[in-house]
Amino acid sequence: MRISKSWIVAAKDIKVFMRKRYTVYSLVVFPVLIGIGLPFVLRFVISRIATVSGGTHITDVMDAFSFLFVLGASVIPTVLASYSLVGEKIEKSLEPLLATPLTDSELLFGKSLASFVPSVASLYIGSIVFMVLADLFTHSTLGYYYYPNWTVGIMLLVLVPLMAVLSVEWSVIVSSRATDPRAAQLQGSLVALPLAVLYVSMEVGAVTLNTITIWIIAGIVLVVDVVLFFLSTRIFQREEILTKWT
Amino acid sequence: MIGLVPDNVGLYGDLTAYENLDFYAKLYEVPEARRKENIGRFLKMLGLWDKRDARAGTFSKGMQQKLALARALVHEPELLFMDEPTVNLDPESAKTVRDFILELKKEDRTIFLNTHNLDEAQRICDRIGIIKTKLLAVGTPGKLGESLSSPRTEIRLARADEALLGSVKKLIKNKIEVSDHKLIVNVADPDKENPAIVAAVVSAGGLIQEVTRLSPTLEDVYLQIVKETK
Repeated sequence: MRISKSWIVAAKDIKVFMRKRYTVYSLVVFPVLIGIGLPFVLRFVISRIATVSGGTHITDVMDAFSFLFVLGASVIPTVLASYSLVGEKIEKSLEPLLATPLTDSELLFGKSLASFVPSVASLYIGSIVFMVLADLFTHSTLGYYYYPNWTVGIMLLVLVPLMAVLSVEWSVIVSSRATDPRAAQLQGSLVALPLAVLYVSMEVGAVTLNTITIWIIAGIVLVVDVVLFFLSTRIFQREEILTKWT
Repeated sequence: MIGLVPDNVGLYGDLTAYENLDFYAKLYEVPEARRKENIGRFLKMLGLWDKRDARAGTFSKGMQQKLALARALVHEPELLFMDEPTVNLDPESAKTVRDFILELKKEDRTIFLNTHNLDEAQRICDRIGIIKTKLLAVGTPGKLGESLSSPRTEIRLARADEALLGSVKKLIKNKIEVSDHKLIVNVADPDKENPAIVAAVVSAGGLIQEVTRLSPTLEDVYLQIVKETK
């Protein structure tokens, strides 16, 4: 497999994403809301929590908020992957594309890169903004800068990429049947449901977010990634694409 | 290396004409300098150079078809496959595309044209294959026509009567039919026999207005061959 070929496909797709309002919004709105909005929410509620619990609950809330970036990693790549794959169907561009000397794996990897790279990049930018603002707003109460820490480090550097891969692979499977990007995106977003349940569990105190929990979640996501990888590569076959996708 | 012009052009509507070609040329690993040169050459040849920075999605069907042609050629393939390249095009665009294909014929390139437009096939192709689930016949347009019936020559006269017909029949041995003011003569080799036939008609006193070589159209051939195989 030639990575350079995959990168040509990815660069083309990213160029297309940047010209579609919907995909640009998807890349910008979520990180901005989380990165800027949540620190202000934190600032608003900080005084009440601090006076009640002396700051312990503040870090719990910050952990829970930072987990939203994992949730974002399950949603944003779905939007891009749906447009990337179903978009080819709509444009009827798969036939000429598959007539080029591009292997199935190069094409699949290129499509995956196109969804993965901008999504993770936008989440990282959002998370940096979030951490800086959250630290500024909580320093006076906590007496130290909470971010960066191991929990959020593992979450951003391990769990977010693994979740984004899962999201892309799931979108490949869903897009093989879909004819409309939004329908594919809707089905693709189902991967966020288990994470939403996890988030609620954290909020109600049923699950504590620490490095061990993050590693366990990352291990589970990794196993699902491997399973979905084999499923998606089985679906993404030249003959299958040309006869059933188009 | 092949080039493909599919039935559905399959261009990226959000990319410009130039970007569409550049993307495909990169996939075919055309070196950068050559890429720029080829993109410019084919866009200019097809009259799209001024629209190179416009998004392909804003193009008319004819322009999109031309861009798909340029895309198929940007890596200079020796073998080009075209599926219905003029279907759904207005007559002017269809002619531009047809003329471009005829220009390509002059280059050292094999073109495989898939079409239901038999007139177009007859005008463009050197060899024609008739396919209906399997290959039923293949040959040059002339040979395919001859396989259906022998060639005939039609001579339109100012006046045709029995006396003239009698005189002509004395001079040539071919089978002749008379229809209105026309003589229809069966010939084995029109290139060799037509001059002698024309000379015989003139010497018999006939006033020739028009001489036409009659041969079955590709449509006649197609219908006959398909009918025979049913």
